[in-house]
Formats: sequence, C-alpha cells, structure tokens
Amino acid sequence: MAYYDRSSAGDNLARGLGWFSIGLGFAEVMAGRSIARWMGMEDKTNLIRAYGVRELTAGVGLLALGDPKPWIWSRIAGDAVDMATLAAGMENNPRAGNARIAFGAVMAVTALDAVCAQTLHREEAYYRSLPVPDYSGRSGFPRPVSAMRGAASDAPIGEDMRTPKILQFQGAGGAGFPSPPRGEG
Amino acid sequence: MRALVWHGANDIRCDTVPDPEIEHPRDAIVKVTTCAICGSDLHLHDNFMPGMEKGDIVGHEFMGEVMEVGAEAKSALKVGERVVVPFTIWCGECDQCRRGNYSVCERSNRNKALADKMFGHTTAGLFGYTHLTGGYAGGQAEYVRVPMADRTHIKIPSGLTDEQVLFLGDIFPTGWQAAAQCDIQPTDTVAIWGCGPVGQMTIRSAILLGAKQVIAIDCVPERLAMAKAGGAITIDFEEESVVERLNELTGGKGPEKCIDAVGMEAHATATIDSMMDRAKQALMLESDRAHVLREMIYVCRPAGTLSIPGVYGGLVDKMPFGMAMNKGLTWRMGQTHVNRWTDDLLNRIQEGQIDPSFVITHTVPLDQGPEMYKTFRDKRDGCIKVVLKP
Repeated sequence: MAYYDRSSAGDNLARGLGWFSIGLGFAEVMAGRSIARWMGMEDKTNLIRAYGVRELTAGVGLLALGDPKPWIWSRIAGDAVDMATLAAGMENNPRAGNARIAFGAVMAVTALDAVCAQTLHREEAYYRSLPVPDYSGRSGFPRPVSAMRGAASDAPIGEDMRTPKILQFQGAGGAGFPSPPRGEG
Repeated sequence: MRALVWHGANDIRCDTVPDPEIEHPRDAIVKVTTCAICGSDLHLHDNFMPGMEKGDIVGHEFMGEVMEVGAEAKSALKVGERVVVPFTIWCGECDQCRRGNYSVCERSNRNKALADKMFGHTTAGLFGYTHLTGGYAGGQAEYVRVPMADRTHIKIPSGLTDEQVLFLGDIFPTGWQAAAQCDIQPTDTVAIWGCGPVGQMTIRSAILLGAKQVIAIDCVPERLAMAKAGGAITIDFEEESVVERLNELTGGKGPEKCIDAVGMEAHATATIDSMMDRAKQALMLESDRAHVLREMIYVCRPAGTLSIPGVYGGLVDKMPFGMAMNKGLTWRMGQTHVNRWTDDLLNRIQEGQIDPSFVITHTVPLDQGPEMYKTFRDKRDGCIKVVLKP
C-alpha cells in the first residue's frame, strides 16, 4: 500500500499546490482568451482552456484522492508540456516578453513541484523503513482456529436475523423442495 | 473534566469542559476508566458526517464506574458498579425496543424531529455522534452522562480486565451482528471487506458461527496478518484481483455471504470508481464512497446475502441496483442492537472462548487522543485499535 502522512510537511505542500492548481485551472478555463492574448498566443486559446481542465483535475486529485504522489508527478509532466508550449509560442511573437514571464513562473512552480515530490518520496521511504509490527499471533482464540470453527453455532440468534428457509443455500439434500419431474424442468 | 472535543475537520482537541450532571431521573454519571477510538469516529474527524457542532464531545466506546444514579435508575444500577456502556441509547419500552431493535429505539433520540426529517423516521440516540442521533456528549472523557441508564448499560463481573470487555460496547457485537444476520451455514463462504477493528471482530464471529471459509479483503499488511491469525484467507486488493480470487476460492460461484466492514470511506485510489467517488465527495456531489457495496453486489453468489455493518452517512452514487435485484440478493444492515447480543458475548469472554483485547495495538492517555486519531486514520505505526485511559 502507499504510505503517506496527511499532516506531514510534504502533504501540506501538496495541498497548497492542489489549491494553486484549482485556482490556475479555474483562471485558464474562465479567462483562457485573455491569458492567451496577454502572452500573444491567441491561436492557443482552446489549448490553454484544456490545460485549465488538466489543472483542475490535478487539483482535485491532490486535495481529495489520498496519496498525492501520482498527482504531483502529473503536475510535473503538465509543467513540462506548459513550458514546451510557451517556448514554441515565443517565436515571432510581439509579446514574447510576457510569454517569457509566464515561462519563468512555470519554471518556479516546477521547482516547487519537484521539491514536493522529493519530500513525499523521502517521507514514504521513512515509513517503509519502520519495522512492521507482527500480529500473526493475535487470533483472539484460546485454541487453534480449526478447533474454534463453529464453537458458537448454538448462539441464540433471533428468527428475524435468520434467512428464510427458501432462501438458504443447502448442502446435499437442498432446501427440501422436490426436483421437477424429468422432462418438465 | 478533560474530554476530546470536536472543533471541525481534522481538529479534535483535548479540552477542559464542565463536568456532566444528572439531567433526568433515568440518568447515571459514569467515571470513564477506559475508552477507545472507533473507526466511525474517523468519519467525524474527517468531517464526512453531517450534523456535528463545534464543542461536541466525541467517543462512543467506553466503560467505567457508576458514580451517581438518578432516582428512576436506582433499581437497575448502583454506585460503584462497573459497566460497559453500549453506543446505542435505548429506552426498553418502545415498540422497537420490545422487539430487540435497540438501535432504532423510538424514544432515545432527543433530536427526533431532525432525525424524522433526515431519515423519514428517527433512529436511536448515540453517544458522541452527530446531532442527527441526539448530539449526546461522548465517552472520550473523564466522566459521561448516560441517559436511560437503567437500560443503557452492561454490568461487568469482577475478574475481567477493561481491555477484555470494553469492546462489548461496540465493535464486538457489531462484528457479531454482521455475521449473525448472515445466518451462516456450515457450507458458507463469507467474504469480509475491511480488516479494521470491526472487520477483525467479524472474522472471529464468522469462524465461531461455523463458516466453512472466511475471506478477508484489505491492503494493509499488518491488518491482513491479524486477519490471517483469526482464520481468514486474505486478499490484498492492491496485489491481486478481488473478483478473480473470490471466484477462484468459491469454484466460480461467488461467496454466499458478503460483509462490508468498510463503510463510507472506502480506499480512495485503488479503483476508478473510488477515485470518482472521492472527487464527487470533495465537490459535495455525494457523501459516501460505495466501492465496497458495488463490488459485493458484483461478486456475491445469486440469492446470497449482503451484510453491512460499515457506516454510511447519506447519499451514494452509481449503485448497480439492477444487478442486485436480478441476483435476488438479501440486504441486512443497520447500527448494532448492542444489548441484544451482550449477555451471550460476555459469557463467551468469561468462558475464554474469545478475548477481544487481541485487537488493541495502542494504549495511551486521553490527552494523546487527538494525535492518535491521526495515527489511526493514516494507519501509521501498525495502528489498528487505540485505547485511551482518561
């Protein structure tokens, strides 16, 4: 199983990045055209909106889906795609300066994502290094399980908790209902 | 007195609060000697249960010594007696109590009007839980007021430790009822989802009630080891397919009896439907993650029984009810009618047939309770069951 601590430094950073993803994703979806225009990349408006959906997905994953590591790695992959898109969009772009600012911001956030991923993996390695307690002797029974099976089969259980006879699975003999005559079944 | 108090999501603190007092002639005041954190307390801690209010004292698995008894409870309880307190408060007089259906007592929920609106008809009052079930102060405290105390208690004879009998108040009868309501036959395979404390008790109960084969499903190694010790064949759902393995173990027919000892917070990342559930839960589009219910419906043998001791709080989505209907499955569920079972179970503990203390992995003072909630939730340090000493 995945090990993580929902109050650790790595998890807190992951949650912060989750909220950042939600905010950025919301902005990209709702104001994709304005963002694209500011960067001089109007032809990429729909792509930026799609990246917004990706950010929202990562945000929900980080905030709500338990182990944050896969989602942090998905953010890092997304950061790489963002940087590639921005780098390609800088050529012959009158607003390349704005695109460069955006590129720098993505690089900074990528560094934060990388620190987060590293912290989370270090924390997992720590938990995995702890000794696993041995509960293999904790049966709760005074004798071997084989000797305890059915020891309470005489327990007083009310009729309301019983399965009606017609619905019971039976061993040999069935529930006492006759088999249909040959040829009629 | 000191008590564990709910302040909001992931925020339970050990606070100093006023001592409880007798408010009704049927009340008693119990000095808590030992209490426990239950898996369903985590639903409160994680804020998945509606109807909590800041300042609520939590805890519904506790025992102690009777300190004070109201006038109308004196015929049943005496000062100094040692009692386990069941988590369901029951009057013993209403139509449901007379039938033994104590968890749906018609009179013990003091917020009946609210529960009527939410559930259609009220269920019993519970200690330390949502205001939908009365909002009664809980037992993770030094003292607790026990309403309807002339009924709501289990007297403990001398010679048994707190640890041996504490779980009569919740997880032991809960696991027992989960197995009992399956009406286990000697030919049955019983599959149990979840190897937390209730799952562990359910495994032992199914063995004692004579199941041919008990299969336990989880992903936490130490919990699976404890399940195996209790006689279960184990399936680690992160390592192997539950459906394939269950079919393999039942000759392709599926288990006759399936028990959900997980409830509303099923593992969030193991399957696509769990991830969708968790996302919808976060967006408040549903309240409960129902992966285990879906899987039970799918794998259960037609005409089999589903038993649900796991706690659900509200709405579930994408329930394959057509599959359940066509397979003719019987559903048994509900909070535990604790006192219906406790005389028999106490006898079994006294006779040495079972010692429920096997499940305790951590014992700490009450003021370490808030930290232990997190340890228990994150399944750290091999934590399966936490006992608190006020």
